Parts: sequence; C-alpha cells; structure tokens
Amino acid sequence: MTRPAPPFTLTDLHGANRTVPAPGPGPGARPALVCFIKEDCQTCNLAAPVLEAFHRDFAHAADVIIVGQGEEGGRVFAERHGLTAPVLADADCAVSFAWDFEIVPALFRLDAEGRIVDSLEAFFREEWQALDARIRADFDIKGGGVDWDGLPERRPGCGSKHLDPDINDRLQAAAADSPIRARRIEVGASDDVAEFMFDQGFSDGLPLIPPTPERVLRMLRGTSRGAQEIVAVVPPNMAPATVEKIAINAVMAGCRPDYLPVVIAAVEAVCTDAFNIHGVTATTMGASPVMVINGPIRDRIGVNSRLGALGAGSRANATIGRAVRLVVRNVGGGRPGGVDRSTLGSPLKFTMCFGEWEEGSPWEPLHVERGFARTDSVVTLFAMTSGPVQIVDQESRGPDQIAGSLGMGLEAMFLPKLHRMQTDALLVVCPEHVRTLFSAGDYSKARLRQRIQEVTSRPLREMVADAASGAGLQPAAAAKLSPDQLDALAPKFADEKFIHIVVAGSDAGKFSSAFFGWVTGAAGSTSVSRRIETD
Amino acid sequence: MTTILDPTDERVPIERTPAARPDRLTGVIGLLDISKPRGNVLLDELEALLGDRFPGVEIKRYRKPTFAKPCPDDLRGRIRSECSFVVEALAD
Repeated sequence: MTRPAPPFTLTDLHGANRTVPAPGPGPGARPALVCFIKEDCQTCNLAAPVLEAFHRDFAHAADVIIVGQGEEGGRVFAERHGLTAPVLADADCAVSFAWDFEIVPALFRLDAEGRIVDSLEAFFREEWQALDARIRADFDIKGGGVDWDGLPERRPGCGSKHLDPDINDRLQAAAADSPIRARRIEVGASDDVAEFMFDQGFSDGLPLIPPTPERVLRMLRGTSRGAQEIVAVVPPNMAPATVEKIAINAVMAGCRPDYLPVVIAAVEAVCTDAFNIHGVTATTMGASPVMVINGPIRDRIGVNSRLGALGAGSRANATIGRAVRLVVRNVGGGRPGGVDRSTLGSPLKFTMCFGEWEEGSPWEPLHVERGFARTDSVVTLFAMTSGPVQIVDQESRGPDQIAGSLGMGLEAMFLPKLHRMQTDALLVVCPEHVRTLFSAGDYSKARLRQRIQEVTSRPLREMVADAASGAGLQPAAAAKLSPDQLDALAPKFADEKFIHIVVAGSDAGKFSSAFFGWVTGAAGSTSVSRRIETD
Repeated sequence: MTTILDPTDERVPIERTPAARPDRLTGVIGLLDISKPRGNVLLDELEALLGDRFPGVEIKRYRKPTFAKPCPDDLRGRIRSECSFVVEALAD
C-alpha cells in the first residue's frame, strides 16, 4: 500500500534546509530513501554503513536522507560513521510523529510522485537487500553494492523517540487533530509559571500545577467523553464548561486522570438548578459544596473514607474537591470579592470531598438510600456553611446515649437555640460510635434520626429572643402564642429528612463530625447526587 | 517558554493591560476616524474643543480605510510613532 509522504523541511548539519519530497528536475518529485535513526540505537548504528553505501551508489538517481531524532543525535551519528549522506535533525520529533512509525531504523522509499512505496522498520537483512535490488533494477545501477553477507540476518530496532510518553503527549497536543481547543497562553521564559498563574487570578491561593497541553491531554484520557462536550453551564457567568475546561482545572488542582469522571459528575451536579451554585457562591453566609463519594470508584482511585478522611493527606480527596472549586472560580467566574461575598469564607472553599466507608457501615450507604445501586459509583453534593464540627463522646456505652450525644452535637448548628430548622445537616458517624449504636442489636438510621429529634426537642418558649440572645422567635410573634403552644416541644430539625448520615473514619476514636447546611430547599440549595460515568 | 492552557471562559484577554493614564495632555493627539458615517463630524468638534482648551498640543488626523476591518498595521505603526495620545471615533 502506498501513501503520500508527509512533506517536511528540516535542517542538515551545515544549517541548510532540505525539503522532502524534493522537486525533481522534471515534473514530479525526486525519488528518495529516507531513514529515521536514533544515535544510541545499536541497529541504527549497524545500518549506518549500509545507508552510506546507498548514498554512494544511488545519489545520482535518488536522494538518500538520514533523519536523526533529537537535537544533536544526527550529528553524533554522522561523525561516528563518517557519513557523507545528508543527515537532518528532527529536533522535536514532529516529522517522525507525522510519518507514524514505531521502530527505528525506519526506512522509507519515495517514488517520483512523493509517495511512500516501501517502508521497513528494524533490520531484516533479506528485506533491506531486496529493497537494494529493486532500486538497482529500477534505476539500472551497476557497481558499488553492500556486503550483505557480512551483516547479521536480523536485528530488532529501538522504539522511536517520538513515542516516548512525554514527547508523544506534546506532539499529540500540537497535532492538527488534537482535541485541545482552549486558548494557549505563552508564558515568557523570564516569567515564573507559578507566579504568572497567581497573577492571572487562576489560583485559590495555593500553588497550581501548570496546565500544559501535554498534561491536559493526559487528563482527557481519564474519560471517554469528547473534549468539546459541554458538561454544564457554570454560574455566575453562565459559561459553558467543556470536558476540556474541566480537565484543565483538574490538572491545576493536582488530579490524576482517573479522577476526571468524578470531577465531571460533580461539576454537572453543582450546576443544576437544584444545587444552585450561584447562590451557594454568592451568599455572605459562606457556603461551599461538600462532596461524598460512594461506590466502587472509591477503591479504584483511592478516595479516602478512613483515617483522616475529612482532612489532609489524601490526593483524591484533596484534589477532586479543589478541581470543582477551581471550575466554579475560573470557568464560572465565582471569585471571592466578586460574586463570592462570603463574610468570613471557610476552608471548605478550598476543597471538601471524602468517601463513605460503606464496608464499615451496617446501614445502606448514602447513594443506595438515594436510589442508586450499590454497584454504582456516585457523588453526592451538599451545600454546607460549616464543618466538620467535632462531636466528642468517649463515655457513652448505650446506643440511645450515643445517639443522644450525636443529636446534641447537631443542636449546635447555627445557634443551639434555633430549632425547627429547615436546613440540612450531614452527620459523619465514626466507626466506634457505630459500634456503640449497634451494641444491643440493630439501630436503624430512622431510629437515629428519631433519637436526634427526641434529645433536641425543647419547649418553644426557650427559643424566644431574650436578653441573652436576640435571635430566635421574636417577642411580638411569641405574644400571639398561647401558653400551651409555647410549651410545645420543638426539635432541632423541622423534618427528619434534613438529617443526612454517612460513616467514615478510622477504627480508633470516639469522635464523630457534622457539617451544617445553608438555606435548604428550592429557595436555596438541595443536595444532588450524580452517577459517575466510568465507561 | 512554557505554554499553558487557559482555564477560564476566555472572556478576558490574558495579557493586555491598558497603558498608564498620564495626568497632563502634552505632545501630539491623534484623532482616528474609522470611516463610520459622521465620525468626522464628531472629530471636527473634538479637534476644535481640544484646540481651545489645550493650545499647546498638536493634533493629527488619521482615517481607517474601512470600519469593517482592523486598522492596517502601517497606519497603526504611524499613529504609534507620531502620537502621544489617540482618540478613536466609533459612532455613526
């Protein structure tokens, strides 16, 4: 099969440009033999005298051109073998990439129409000798010749340099069919890339990994979705987040490619009308997404659900949460001082993502409760204004006691005196507390929710604004209530549905934790779960 | 040189920053007519006003061949080399 030779112009060792295919004396191109070599490849070095003999014998009829991969490789090779054949430098291996072969030496024969009519890789004496014979026959060349008997029968070549992963990623990113469409920013040699990214406002305040085309290309391999597919429209700027834009921010956040599907699912979730990332970003109360990951993907990509799950030290937890924040910041334009008006901010605004320890939980995991199959990988996002808030109880040994303590911990949400709240709380129960809850038999999530409501129920009159705190039920409203109504018990939550429960943490330690929500519901934010597409 | 990819929605130019604004008008003011109808009327008026209020400055007039295309490089170069300020008339 013939194919047109991808044309190129490269510089030879004397600094002169040579073009292949070269124009012939008449119409059409000059026939040529083009051989790609790597100077440190033993087989290429074995072939050097053969190539030189081809040049000596064929030069009047066909160009014999040696292309050395790398900046200096060709020069070393030519000097080592005293070559007189032209040696060109494929410094960045872009020509090798375009010619699309795997092994060097790679020998191509071009006809007078610039088509590749023969291509050989590595060294098989019989093949090379046959090619030699064909050229001699075609051009009626007599004399000279190669001492084929003095050469080994076969020698494997070496992998072409353009297939080295780093080089190949760069070449693919630059290729015409590259999936990359984002604006390229050239950072001058005298500029520090990290400082440049700070200056441009890309950062959340921590250093970023430079999103080079190579890294973004590698990141894009984490998903089968098309790079230009629009995943979501990101408030507040209502800017389209393509898979590529998400991948760029995921690189900056420090994600591995296999985290990308989680980031994509999470971006999709926060940009829903239900989650309302605009409001979550804008509120002076300082809300931010808290992400819980369920399902098999946790183990596959190393999401931490155990020791230190809510803290530092796990790359997946830290960078997936951060990537979502960076997409909101950079694609959506939600920046502190701009649309983000948070009074104090919160470390949640850097990142908050963790896995549920399903294997250590006697309950249905969060995603199953929310209607997914246990085998699905799912990310669930809650808009939270604070947490993790530690709930400490090292003494309780009875199930209802520990459930009571967890309730009392949740009562702290916003202000302890505020009750009947229509606000989500996310309770993260540690394994030791789970064991205590189950010490006398089954203890359902429903029972735990009920117990939380029991222990936090207080007479409404305790919620009336007073000298100690002006918050709560205002006196004018309280005055309209009968004594019986004021004596009625009000639990912390307006409904048990606002209490979300997951299990995480290490085996040792009687410390659970909680996140407190924002404005839950249609006027604010509703938690959203999305299945993670992992092909 | 390092190439990075823009993580934003690309609405804002990355490197272009406006030149510092001087606090006094001196030197040459270029008035660029982009060839929109009546742009010259606006610039005539402006030239008269500038002449009255800043008698020390010199005014030079320029005209783009068409408003529908970017300013040709040589005209841009001339304005850059000859003027300290430039006012571009956009209006119809």
